[in-house]
Amino acid sequence: MAENTVQEPKVKTSEPLFGKKERKLLTDPLNDNNPITVQVLGICSALAVTSLVYPSVVMAIAVVFVTAFSSLFTSLIRNAIPKQVRMIVQLVIIATLVTIVELTLKRFNYPIYKELSVYIGLIITNCIVMGRLEAFSMANKPWRSFLDGIGNGLGYGAILIMVAVIREIFGKGSLFAGSPLEMKLIGAGADFMINTETSALFGWYSNNGLMVLPAAAMFIIGIMIWIQRSWNKKLIDIS
Amino acid sequence: MNTAYVVRFVVIMTALVALSLALLSQTWAEKIKENEAIFNKRSILSAVKEYLGNDADGNPKDPKKLPDDEIIKIFDEQVEQIALDMAGNRLGPEQVQASGYPGGKAENIDMAKEKKKDEAVRILPLYIFNSNEGKFYIVSIRGKGLWDEIWGNIALKSDLNTIVGASFDHKGETPGLGAEIKDNPKFPASFIGKEIYNTDGRLISVAVKKNAGKKNPHAVDAISGATVTSVGVEEMMERGIKYYEPFFNSLKGTK
Repeated sequence: MAENTVQEPKVKTSEPLFGKKERKLLTDPLNDNNPITVQVLGICSALAVTSLVYPSVVMAIAVVFVTAFSSLFTSLIRNAIPKQVRMIVQLVIIATLVTIVELTLKRFNYPIYKELSVYIGLIITNCIVMGRLEAFSMANKPWRSFLDGIGNGLGYGAILIMVAVIREIFGKGSLFAGSPLEMKLIGAGADFMINTETSALFGWYSNNGLMVLPAAAMFIIGIMIWIQRSWNKKLIDIS
Repeated sequence: MNTAYVVRFVVIMTALVALSLALLSQTWAEKIKENEAIFNKRSILSAVKEYLGNDADGNPKDPKKLPDDEIIKIFDEQVEQIALDMAGNRLGPEQVQASGYPGGKAENIDMAKEKKKDEAVRILPLYIFNSNEGKFYIVSIRGKGLWDEIWGNIALKSDLNTIVGASFDHKGETPGLGAEIKDNPKFPASFIGKEIYNTDGRLISVAVKKNAGKKNPHAVDAISGATVTSVGVEEMMERGIKYYEPFFNSLKGTK
């Protein structure tokens, strides 16, 4: 992190809005402290929703929203939360936000709500969210907690989308199926879900059935962890 | 922090949260219900998607991609909906309402709810799609897959024998295996042209089995690796279509 920092105008507080620490909060979860590949949290939904890119993108946005705002709200009331019931209070905040996400999807994009079905509701149990609230928001100021929430949501979402891209291309030969951007990449045209006969790049390719199954996500995430660990010096075990 | 404070905190917080969520859900309730209805209409129209005509560019209309208002328009203009009892009698709106659907229309009938009722007292929705190519009868069926319920709509030609289209959906079948009934358009398309009555005029429905053969009018290929779901589809078709047989017979009698 040695680049020249753009001087942000200082706002009241002595802490800068986007200082080194703040940027670290955003970028750390993307690589060095990724919720999925390093902390190995939130695997269940990462296996379940990643067979298509479009639902994964929606899921990623939903999780970013929930982690960001639950961190913010928890941090705002952190000094008022009674210690004895703090987990329940956090859970109520998370559940509220998840319900809002669920209602919003139902209201504005019903088909995708059907596609994601229970997994939106299961964000409540996603360890990333609760984990960040306990570990960070309960002890930090609102703005930093908010950034930490966004960072962790993005770290989760990035892996989700990467896995989904691989699985959809090799499992269905398409990208963004179900959305207006839907395109056919490889394999015979006019075959699977997609009606366009254009861009049948590798006509000989036949869809890999394994890639559609959740097990494929397990393998892909495993390989990702392997690559990341051999490439990121900070993650190499010194002992 | 004493107990009184904890109780006060929890009560106030829960009240605030409950109030705001209730408010949000109430404001959107109407629109969400509408979305649900459109989703249902879309899946019904998917069964006759070959007969929806072409859009402005000359491509066949795809019910999955048509805008909401067009779905409503097609449904309102071309679809006639009838509610039936198990004996094949037409039911009026009051009788549908009496069965627990305030809307009073066939499209309001919740097949999942009906499936839990005793067979004799169930009511059935039937949709008649009027197109340039004639009348099509769409029946709704529901059954059991491997993990959870599966359901679908089957469209029949006006001879009440030949299938012209089908659409299936499921709650929790395995992606890539059982879920292919919905994800792979080839599966519902394989039902097109099949016949539900044998040459003796007995209702035998369509079998879903291995090596069905293209020429066999009473069988389609099963999905490899999804035996239980395939058997479920077969069972659902046979039982589901049979429910409509009394009505079909009365239709044929009046012809």
